[in-house]
Formats: sequence, structure tokens, C-alpha cells
Amino acid sequence: MSEQQITNVKELTACQEKFQEETNRFRARVMVCSTGCRALGSEALSKAFHDKLAAAGLEREIAVVETGCHGQCSRAPLVLIEPYDFLYGPVKAEDVDEIIQTTLVGGKPVDRLCEMVDGQPCPTRSEIPFFKSQSREVMKHCGSLDPKRLDQAIALGSYQAAAKALTTMTPEQVIAEVLEAGLKGRGGGGFPAGMKWQFCRNAPGTEKYLICNSDEGDPGAFMDRALLEGVPHQIVEGMIIAAYAIGASKGFVYVRAEYPIAVEHLNIALKAARAHGLLGKNIFGSGFDFDIECRMGAGAFVCGEETALIASLEGQRGTPRPRPPFPAQSGYNKKPTIINNVETLGNVPRIIAEGKERFASVGTTGGKGTKIFALAGKVRNTGLVEVPMGMTLREIVYNVGGGVLDDRPFKAAQMGGPSGGCVPAEFLDLAIDYDSVKSVGAIVGSGGLIVMDDNTCMVDMARFFMEFVQEESCGKCPPCRVGTRHLKDILERICAGHGKESDLDEMEKLGKEIIAGSQCGLGQTAPNPVLSTIRHFRGEFEAHIRDHKCPAKVCQGLYQFVIDADKCIGCGICAKNCPTAAISGEKRKAHAIDQQACVKCGVCNEKCPYAAISKV
Amino acid sequence: MTEVSKGHAGEPHVHRGEGCGCLAADLAKAEEILAELSPVDSGDLIPLLQRLQDAYGYLPADVLAEVSERTGIPLSRMYGVITFYTQFSTTPRGRHTIRCCTGTACHVRGAKDVAEALLHEVDVEVGGTTADGRFTFENVACLGTCFLAPVVMVDDEYFGQLTPAKARAIVKNYS
Ligand SMILES: Cc1cc2nc3c(=O)[nH]c(=O)nc-3n(C[C@H](O)[C@H](O)[C@H](O)COP(=O)(O)O)c2cc1C
Ligand code: FES
Repeated sequence: MSEQQITNVKELTACQEKFQEETNRFRARVMVCSTGCRALGSEALSKAFHDKLAAAGLEREIAVVETGCHGQCSRAPLVLIEPYDFLYGPVKAEDVDEIIQTTLVGGKPVDRLCEMVDGQPCPTRSEIPFFKSQSREVMKHCGSLDPKRLDQAIALGSYQAAAKALTTMTPEQVIAEVLEAGLKGRGGGGFPAGMKWQFCRNAPGTEKYLICNSDEGDPGAFMDRALLEGVPHQIVEGMIIAAYAIGASKGFVYVRAEYPIAVEHLNIALKAARAHGLLGKNIFGSGFDFDIECRMGAGAFVCGEETALIASLEGQRGTPRPRPPFPAQSGYNKKPTIINNVETLGNVPRIIAEGKERFASVGTTGGKGTKIFALAGKVRNTGLVEVPMGMTLREIVYNVGGGVLDDRPFKAAQMGGPSGGCVPAEFLDLAIDYDSVKSVGAIVGSGGLIVMDDNTCMVDMARFFMEFVQEESCGKCPPCRVGTRHLKDILERICAGHGKESDLDEMEKLGKEIIAGSQCGLGQTAPNPVLSTIRHFRGEFEAHIRDHKCPAKVCQGLYQFVIDADKCIGCGICAKNCPTAAISGEKRKAHAIDQQACVKCGVCNEKCPYAAISKV
Repeated sequence: MTEVSKGHAGEPHVHRGEGCGCLAADLAKAEEILAELSPVDSGDLIPLLQRLQDAYGYLPADVLAEVSERTGIPLSRMYGVITFYTQFSTTPRGRHTIRCCTGTACHVRGAKDVAEALLHEVDVEVGGTTADGRFTFENVACLGTCFLAPVVMVDDEYFGQLTPAKARAIVKNYS
């Protein structure tokens, strides 16, 4: 694509038509996820498609597009074949010949690479249950274009909303549209985006900043990563609109260091947008100037908190400071600053393009529009799902997620990460929105949703989160720094079988004190995972404390490995593999484990060919 | 840079050009970075340190001292930032970095066993560097690849759906 300047709406539309024509030249397109699926070798896969299509002389009819995430990551590496809408996965390089012959030449699906639905192969993406119940709005183009190519984004309509806002709307009108649409911040707080923009717009001064928060620190959430990697131009466009609304001429995207592909794709997008005049001076001839810089985080969870993030951008230690003043009044370099999450900004172009009514027609009173959840843990379909606010947890886990792995019972969903809590099975029919989830002791947060089955120990989960926040506490406020350490120590004791009856009350008391005494959101929410597990799973804590038993058999020391004498044939494999020589027995006779010597590594259990070893 | 500069040990030293291994040779990379980022102010400290760490593999004390001198950013301010963020290291790092995810999704799908297998395989402690300088091992709380839990990253490569055996096999490919 030539680096032609796009200086007004007419030129943008002309480009869009031209690029659409170029795309339409191909009779079919092979969309290989080259972001998340890279972890399972999708780069080699797209190379195989390139090479074999060229060898077959088909490269002029059939395009290979390296796209962002298709969503159903449990089937990675995923390949979507357009225009058939066939979704294949997992696909290996060895499958490429058959896909070319059967589908691209023959027009038929390759059954063995399709999702099985009721025992039948289901090739068509839109008919797969995982996709059927979703409303992919923000993620609509994720997986449909090469994120490294501006032309493909423009062909699908990118930058039209920005053009509309900058050339036909006043900043006040943009703010009103977003406010009335009811868009709430997707980064965890759920604060109305339009209202925040209004504060910043009204703040005195002409030097203002916009920051896109891509720190995505909540372990288990990966929607921001997928958006930046898969549709970077959509985020850039959202930022242009937001910056225009608040009157900022400089923006930052703060990306965590663990996301190298996101940084790469964003930088490519910024460069292309700049080269075509979509960033820089006088965008669309509107007189509005704006540019964006990508900054990488340096490994600190607390830097997701807005005031800490600003400190980090200013080159300081990332410690939060008290609010007020809010960043909208005094933020980066003490100037009015708006910080929005990636997904929040990713919603903005469609609100402007399609109007507030369409956006608000989906959702509940507690939350409008759609929300992306990162489904992970013990669920069949792990991946990214975008559903209307108000969908029940059961629908998300069972209809979209395909149910719990290995058909085990659903125990709880962890929502909101280290600031959130566990939603137990009794609330499976809860309609998920910001208010409802809060009422049961968790939060929607950034949308991490980790499914747990009966093999997950809730006490261990509480301990896990305390270890996390204790390590990530910046150390400024003693209630957070010392309090979380104290909670962690108690939980470690309980997991080791040395809990005391008074521990539960003590943790509840301490938790409340940490919440009351901490300055920033980290400390104010840090005890939530503990408080919510005590609230919903008190019995499990009591089993650890009173009976010295871990019902899920996770906490080492609170269960034993035993050999079932009826099943054991005395093959000796376990004894041979035991690292501490704790297993003994005569050949062809039932063996036994010396509990004193056993270190609970579980190797015997893994190696036994007769399933004679179990945890009790 | 003058031809005569301080060596690592602090004694007067005659510079022997490239490959000499002295501070003057070392500083060339820092100078390039400073020139690129110029004018450098304290707001650029984190990207500056990131670039330096990329170039040197870690943040050598004498380079930091020289950079502080040239930019006017106090050394104390630099160390304040370096010690806050887990990414920065003031001791030499391994040629490769293993980042083992201990996030929630990986935790519930057996990350602990993968971590233990790796620590044992390359013989290192969490946060440490192997004696042969091959690997630095870090735990991280989510690599954003939770759908493939448990996950490990080696340098900029992601590896998913690991078992202890698969993880051991992967690190064997790095030298
Ligand atoms: C400890 C802590 C960590 C946070 N991490 C993130 C994060 O990783 N990403 C994010 O968008 N917001 C995070 N937030 C919320 C931000 O402070 C801020 O509210 C948000 O970025 C605002 O954007 P939004 O209104 O679009 O949601 C965090 C807050 C706290 C207290
Ligand atoms: S929890 Fe391991 S990658 Fe997210």
C-alpha cells in the first residue's frame, strides 16, 4: 500500500472502497491466528499454507491472512476459511494439503478438523454453540484481518467513526453520545466513561493527556492482549475519538512487558496511522492534532492502578497516590488526564458509528453493551467470549464454555482476580452485570473468569491470591503491606494443617481492617478473595482446621497416597519411580507406602498402570 | 570518550579499541541509546533503563553511574526505580529468560508441577541464574495465554499446554 495521505473523509472512503476491492480479488481467504495460537506453532502453519498454495499455483486466488484471535483458544491453532466460515482446529502443518484439496479446491469441510456437536462435525463457525450464544461486537473484526495491515482495517470500516466524530460532531456531542450510551469502564471500576471525559473536558488548561491502560495485571484475563494484538487500529481509533472529546493532543498506551506481540502490533499500527495522516497534525482536516506513544511496563501489578501508572509513566516508582485530586483534574505531569482501559476504548468507535441506541439496546440496567470474558481454568472451551451484559453464569460456563472439563461438577468461578472473589454453584443462574456480581462478594473486574471444579481447593485459592497481593503490594501503606502478609501466613498455616479455630474470625477482622486502612484499590480489595471464600466455603476451611483434611486433596500434608491392595498386582513400577524409596513390597504382591517417607510428589499415582493408587 | 578511561577495577587503563572489555568499550552502546533518546529527562527513565538492559543484558553499575552523570538524573533516583520493578536486574542475567506462569488459570491446571520440573531440569532457584549462564528463571503472574494453561515463556516465545515432560524437552533446545 502506498503511503498516501488520508486528509479528509472523502479520501478515507475512497481508500476503503479501493481496499475492499483488493480484498475481494481473492476467491477465498485462509485466516490463521498468528497471535495467541503462536504458542502452539501457528507461525509454521501459515508458512505451510503460503508455500503449498504457491506450489499449487493458487496464491493469486487464495489469500493467507495472519490474523488476531478467533476466540475459541482451546482448539488452537485455529484456522478460519472464508467465505465458507469453516473453523478448523487444532490444525497442524500436516493438515494443510487436505485443507487445500478438500476445502479450498473442493469446497467441502474437512470433518476431522471440525468441532463435534452432538457427535456430528460442525464446520460452520456461526453454528458452533461456543459462538452461537455470543454477541461479538468489540471483537467483531478480531480474527478477520491482518492486524499488521492498515489497509485491511480500513477496508472493514476502521477510522470512519473517528472521521465522523472529528468532522461532524463537537467534543461535547461525542461525550454526550458516550455518556447516554451508558458505556462503563471495562478495566474493573465500572465508572461511566462519558462522565469521566466530561470532568476532564471541563478541567481548566489546554494541555491534557489520554492514557490507554493495557497493563492487564489480573492473572487470568487476556482480552486486552487479544484486542491490541488483533485489532490495534480499533484501539487507536477509540483513542483518537476519546482524545478529541477531552481535548488531549498526546496519548500513551501503557502495555505490560509480558506482551511482546501486542507491543509489536501496536507500534506497527501507530507507524502506519502516522504515515497516512491518521495520527499527527490536523487529522481529517479538522484542525485536531493527536499522537500516541507506546510505553512498556516493567513488571509491577500495582501499575495497573491509575495513579501508580501515571507515576510509572513519569519515570518514578509506581506507588499510588491519594485521590482526589483525580487524574481527570491532575494526572500526568499534573495535567488533566484520562485513563481508560483497552476494551473501554475498543467500544468507542462502534458507539459513534452505530449510535448510542444500538449500543444501549444490549445489556441490563447494571451494565450496557457487551463484555468480553476470558474463560480459563477447568472449562472445556477456554478462550475469549463476548456476551451481552446480563447473561447468566450458567449460560457462559455451559452453553458458551461447553461445561466443566471432564464433566466434573462445577464448584465456583473466580471473577475479578485478586480484587474479586468466588461465585459458587448456587449462583449459576445469576445474571452477570456490575451490580449483581458485587452483591455476591465478587466483581466483574476486567473479565477474568476462571472455572473451578471439585479438584480445586478454595483454601489454597485464598492462599494463592494472598501470596500474589502480598508480593505486589507496593509497600506504602502498612495495613496492605503487613496485613496481607499476616493473612498469607495464617492461610499457609491452615493449608499445612496447623490452623486454629480462631483463625477464621481473625482473618475476617483483619480483612476489614485492611480494606478500611489502605489508600489504593489494591489494598482496599486485597482481602476480597479471602473474605469471599470464607463466606461461601466456610465448611472447607473448617475441614482443614478441625479435621486436618483437604477435601479437594490439594494441600500437601492433608492427604495421603494409598495403594489399593485389591488392584495392585505388585509390578513394582511405583517403587522404582519413587524418589524417596517410600514404597516397598514383594514382587507380585500388593505394595505399601511408608507415609513417613512419602513426600506426596504423586509420581507413583501417575505411573501406576492399574490405577491402584489414590489420594485419601 | 577519551582514549584513557577507567577500567572495571578503577585503575588507569589504556583503551585498546573494540573488544577491549573496558568501560569505554562498554559505554558505546549506552551512548548510542542516549543519543537516540536525547534530550533525556527523568520522565524517560523507564524506557531508558529498558533500552540499557536490552543492550547489556542487565544494568551494570558503572554504566548507570556514567548515564547518571550525563543525564543529570541522580543515581539514587535510578536505583529507586530499578529496585521497584521486577523487570530490572543489576546482576548479569542468563542468555535466556524462562518466565514460568504462576497465574490463577495456570495454578488450577498444574503450573506448580511444571515449575518444579523446570527448576530441577535447569538446576536453578526462582529468581536466579544458572551457573553456566544459560538461563535466568522467573515466576510471573500471568502471561495472558491462560487458555493454554499451564504456560511458560522462553525469551519472547510462548509455550502452552505444558506437562512437566514437555517443559523439560523445550528448555533442552536452548543453549
Ligand atoms: C491494583 C489495581 C490494578 C489495576 N489494574 C488495571 C489493569 O490492569 N487494567 C485496567 O484497565 N485497569 C486497572 N485498574 C483500574 C484502573 O485504576 C482504572 O480504574 C482503569 O484503568 C480506568 O479505565 P476504565 O474506566 O476504562 O475502566 C487497576 C486498579 C487497581 C486498584
Ligand atoms: S494464568 Fe498463566 S497465562 Fe494467565
